[in-house]
Parts: sequence; structure tokens; C-alpha cells
Amino acid sequence: MQMAGPRPFWHPLAAGAALGGALLLTFLITGHGLGASGFFTRLAAWASDRAMPAWAEANSYFGPFLRANPLASWISWEIVGVVIGAAAGALTSGRFRAMTERGPRATAGSRFVYAFIGGALTGFGARLARGCTSGLGLSGGATLAVAGFLFLLTFFLAGFLVSLAMRKEWV
Amino acid sequence: MLPLYDNAPAAGLLAGILFGYALEGAGFGSPRKLTAQFRLTDFAVIKVMFTAVIVCAVGLWLAGLAGILKPDGVFVPTVYLWAIAAGGLFIGAGFAIGGYCPGTSAVGFASGRWDALVFILGMVAGTTIFAAFFTQLEAFYLAGKGPNGQTMMDLTGLPEWAILAIMAGAAFGLFRLGNFFERKLGGPLTAAEILESRNEISTREPAPPLGEQAVSKGV
Repeated sequence: MQMAGPRPFWHPLAAGAALGGALLLTFLITGHGLGASGFFTRLAAWASDRAMPAWAEANSYFGPFLRANPLASWISWEIVGVVIGAAAGALTSGRFRAMTERGPRATAGSRFVYAFIGGALTGFGARLARGCTSGLGLSGGATLAVAGFLFLLTFFLAGFLVSLAMRKEWV
Repeated sequence: MLPLYDNAPAAGLLAGILFGYALEGAGFGSPRKLTAQFRLTDFAVIKVMFTAVIVCAVGLWLAGLAGILKPDGVFVPTVYLWAIAAGGLFIGAGFAIGGYCPGTSAVGFASGRWDALVFILGMVAGTTIFAAFFTQLEAFYLAGKGPNGQTMMDLTGLPEWAILAIMAGAAFGLFRLGNFFERKLGGPLTAAEILESRNEISTREPAPPLGEQAVSKGV
């Protein structure tokens, strides 16, 4: 690889140490860890309120979010930060690329269908679990919460099993 | 005394920028790299996650010992046995099928991945379906509640340092196992491989050790 290409990813232990440092700083400043699915919940409540206001405001799950602007929350700023930080990293390292990333045997169509299905399962699961890989796995794990390890256990179990059926889409 | 309990927009932006920058650097904007964990060819997900958990957990423990962190001052999630176990299964399946989790989908989107945007639309749909059936799901959602903010120390009776030592030992073993699989199965996906091989079937050579990988000046 002599030609100019993207800069390599960081060593996983260095990336893990940086992520752990960022997480620790977040705990010390805010009293809680990093999250992600909470923002998408608020986004879904906001979008439902735009599309079907009567239904959304009467809904027992979305209703409480809609008493104020659902997007006016710490986690919205955090996700804006994630997008800024990740875009800065990708752009300065030559790793930014507008593309539909998929396996060599997958089509763009199948990739979009599976991305949507996977996203729907994830959105549903994150509401059931009250968090996701960030809020429960990473942040819960770092506080040595039983809930965090319970989540990681079933997350990896399902990931390994379902992955067996998805090989064709990725390699 | 820490935490500061500062939840202003600036604190959110700062935390997010560091979070996003680290996740992107780890390669977690790429769904092929992320899902390669489950094919055992790339252990970056486990290595990065467990290292981060241990670094942060040790930091919180030391801050407590030094007396600068309020006891029970940080948020600890509570077990809801069935909902968390099932939610983990859903998210694990969604990750294997869709290629992201919620946080990494934002990183993928920021790295230019259209499929990440579709995954986000899927999450909005899945969340809305959950809300639509919340009344029917509520009993399951609340079942098997554990003690508030239960930690591994509460569960096992072991001291915090012992839990940390067990985790560090387990991580060491897991990372060794990961290195074994990575060597056997062709090495972790590199940034160059992800950006190059868009649609041709590549017969990958084992990746060179990290120090030997090409370092470009970027763009």
C-alpha cells in the first residue's frame, strides 16, 4: 500500500482507553454516562408528533415526552457532538466516504432493507431494555451495574447467533 | 466534589465530540468492521468496549478512594430482568442484521454512510412501534425488577477491587482469544480495505501488523 490512502484506525486498546477516558469525564461532569438510543426515542416522539399529533400526545409512552419539546435534552446535544466528533475524525483521516457500505455479494437494495429491519429491531429493543450498547452496555458496565452485564450477555448471544444467517450480506 | 451534575448543552457537546471522535477512530463508523466481531474475524468491538469499561470503572473507583467522588453519586441502571434480557437480544439481532447500534449509527452517518441513515429511520420506526404497543408491553417491561441501582458488588458481596480484578483478567483472556482468531481468520479489517473494496470480491491477504500499515498524510 504505497499510494496515499486513509489513515489506519487506532489500535483497539488505544481507542478503548480514549473511549474510557471520555466516559469517565462524562460521569465526573454530569453524574451519568454516555447514551444514544435516548436521542432516537425523542426523535421518534418528535416525528410522531409532527405526523400524528393527536395519537402521539395521547400515547402512554410518547405522551410524557411531548409535554415539552422532546428534543430539548442533554442527549440531543450529546448526539450533535457525536456527529461533529466523528465527522471531524473521518474528514481529517481520509476515512470519510459517501457510500452505502455493504458486503461484496450484497446489493444496495438488500443493504437498505436489512439496515431498516436491523434499525427497527434495535429501536424496539432499546426501548424494552431502557438503553442500548452505549447507555447500558458501556455506561452501565463501567458502573459495574448488574443491568449492564445482563444486557451485554444477551446482546452478544443474539449477535453471534443471528450473524450466522447474515454472512452473505457482509462477506 | 464530583460529579458536577452539569447537564448544560456545552457538557453534552463536549461529551459527544469526544465519544464520536473515539468511536470513529476505533473504526466503528463501518458496519462491516462492526459485524466482523460476530464473525470472529475482528475483535475491535470487544477490545474497545471492554477496555473502555475497565478504564472508566477503575477511574471511578480511584476517584471514590481519593474522596473526590460522592459515594453513590453516579447513575447506576436498575435490572428489569426480562425486558433487559429481551432488549439485549433485539439489539444484538438488529446489530447483526443492520450493521450498527444506536451510537455507531450516528458515527456511520457522520462518516458518510447512507445505510446508517436508513438504520436511523428504522430505529425511529421501531421506537414508534414500541410506543404503539406500550400498554400491552407494560407488564413485561416492569417484570423481574431488581434492587435499585444494583451493582456486581451488591450481587456477589465481593469488594469493588475484586470485581475490577476479575474483569481485567477476563478481558486479558478474551483479548488473547481475539488475537488468536484474528490471526487465524485473516486479521482485522483496515480502513484501506473498507474504503477500497466496494464491490469486488476480495481475496484478502492477512493484514500486516499495525506498525507496518501505511500511514498517509490524509486529505
